[in-house]
Amino acid sequence: MTTLIQPLSGWGRYPVETCATLRPERYQDLRVTAPAQIARGQGRSYGDAALGKAVILTERVNRMLAFDSVAGTLRAEAGVTLAEILEVIVPQGWFLPVTPGTRMVSLGGCVAADVHGKNHHHVGAFSQHVIDIELILVDNTRVICSATENSVLFWATVGGMGLTGIIGEVSLRLIPISSPYMQVCHHAAADLAATFALFENAAVDDAYSVAWIDCLATKKQLGRSVLMTGHHADKAILPSRLPQSGKAKSVKSIPFDLPSAVLNPYTVQLFNQFYYHRENSKTEPFFTHYQDYFYPLDAINHWNRLYGKRGFVQYQCVIPTAGAFVAVTALLKTLAASRRPSFLAVLKKLGAQNQGLLSFPLAGYTLALDIPMRDAGVLALTRELDAIVLAHGGRVYLAKDAVLTAQTFRKMYPRHAEWLQVKQTVDAEGRLVSSMSQRLGLGAYHG
Amino acid sequence: MGKTVMIVGATSAIARATAAAFAAQGHDIYLAGRNADELARIAADLAVRYRVQARWGLFVAEDLAVHGAFFTQAIADMGEMHGVVLAMGYLGDQQAAREFSVGGEAVILVNFTAAVSILSQCARYLEARKQGFIIAISSVAGDRGRQSNYPYGAAKAGLSVYLQGLRNRLYPAGVRVITVKPGFVDTAMTYGMAGLFLVASPQYMGERIVRALSKSTDVVYLPWFWRYIMLIIKFIPETVFKRLKL
Repeated sequence: MTTLIQPLSGWGRYPVETCATLRPERYQDLRVTAPAQIARGQGRSYGDAALGKAVILTERVNRMLAFDSVAGTLRAEAGVTLAEILEVIVPQGWFLPVTPGTRMVSLGGCVAADVHGKNHHHVGAFSQHVIDIELILVDNTRVICSATENSVLFWATVGGMGLTGIIGEVSLRLIPISSPYMQVCHHAAADLAATFALFENAAVDDAYSVAWIDCLATKKQLGRSVLMTGHHADKAILPSRLPQSGKAKSVKSIPFDLPSAVLNPYTVQLFNQFYYHRENSKTEPFFTHYQDYFYPLDAINHWNRLYGKRGFVQYQCVIPTAGAFVAVTALLKTLAASRRPSFLAVLKKLGAQNQGLLSFPLAGYTLALDIPMRDAGVLALTRELDAIVLAHGGRVYLAKDAVLTAQTFRKMYPRHAEWLQVKQTVDAEGRLVSSMSQRLGLGAYHG
Repeated sequence: MGKTVMIVGATSAIARATAAAFAAQGHDIYLAGRNADELARIAADLAVRYRVQARWGLFVAEDLAVHGAFFTQAIADMGEMHGVVLAMGYLGDQQAAREFSVGGEAVILVNFTAAVSILSQCARYLEARKQGFIIAISSVAGDRGRQSNYPYGAAKAGLSVYLQGLRNRLYPAGVRVITVKPGFVDTAMTYGMAGLFLVASPQYMGERIVRALSKSTDVVYLPWFWRYIMLIIKFIPETVFKRLKL
């Protein structure tokens, strides 16, 4: 295989690094061939998780190997995207048990980041629906691991950011659906207390729930939001005007980098005003295609170009329930005071944490903010946010992270020492290394 | 109309995309190649994605003596064969090919001799059925010999001429013969290669190859502009061309 040297970045487009890339097409070529490599699927983690000196692109190792449409199980190579999987399973009455906010991610990436969805408070994270994984170790032996087989390796691999081995194949349990539509309800909340009250209200809760927050609203309106709840719609109650096979909105594209001045406090405030009033006017339950509910941003190709050439960082943290309200208030106030417009701010409730040693979710509330990378002040801001998160026993999501320090990371992930022990067992030399692993002390090459 | 399309040399990116484009139209697929693990994976993928029958058989191009038995077995496995896509190709090591040293002859053997061998089996079968198609992937490299890859180019040129004759022969039987000449395609063969331009994706190739069947063109350049690039290259007088570094 030949190497192509090219600049790569995560979805946030910060940082950008020059990487020597390999792109295997055969499963047998998906292997560790040199020191300090890292596998990369669709490059949809935001920061430097899939960057490094040597990057193995898994995009062509994307075959679906078996789909049991009676039992609802799927086995596929890790390079396949959720979009490709959905195209096959939805028409046959199945859905992903857990999906992140984009379907343009690889299956392997979902395992490596142990992603969560809007239903985490009911069903847990992605790994909890994985039947097993074929992991390609640094010596290129292949091991099957699951919650019952090689379970230590399994719980180090889910959320392990690709550092325990190359994720080769994944088997997944699916959930049945009877239509491609969602039945959705919007609930307006005038401030953060009202937002939390909605989340805690069992009568409002549904299979899926997420709140969009207007993070430029301040003072009395701080934390005003629209909570969007929903569940897979039963075919029997669908209005007849909806096309049976389902149709989502068409995909648009942002053709070039917007000047970074386009997103300023004034334009974002305008947008947020408009969006808040438009969305909270939908007080009656309505039907919408699953793509429009789960993946609104997938309808805009290259939406990351909105933030201009310098990119952005996405700051996503989770705070344990007890301190969540206080911490989220402080986070939003700090962000508002910084006058850095966050186009996207999302709050949702998470359920209990699983056994993943580096899995992100824990019982509490998770807040995600996009912060444009304008200047060095962004780093100072994220340090401030980190301090608030730490003070309340929370943590930052590695799949989004580009800026955390090793010291802060260790405090946020108390089981990192256990993880490092596993890393030592399977990869003492540090053959699987990313820019993130070096930044956070999760492995560097020393062969 | 028959249903099965056989892909010979089925594990390359172009072959896989072509198989997918046929399967997306509801064709059953028979994959021929030398890597059993890959064939099984690609066949499984086609079956899952497109809900068609996809099977595979081991086919070693250099093993000319068993081509006949291989083809018979493929027909037996699928019941019938409507069309064939010949997608195998071997760029090889140009230095070895140039010196015709060890391994060098494989460039001629795989790209020309083996192609003729398996196509003759397909041609006899389709001629008797009086329907179907043969699509063979040749190369723009066969349009004019140049120092950088002329053994490969010569083998592909030979294949292109063979296909001309085959087209002529099968015309009365109503069997389409299409020659595909790809320019640069984003595959394992070209990944990381310097000096590429206007690189096409395998998906584009697959869709266009299938689409060629519904058009009347016999020799298809993909992407289309390669026809004109090659036209210009073919027009350069030999006295000038021999001095160029291409």
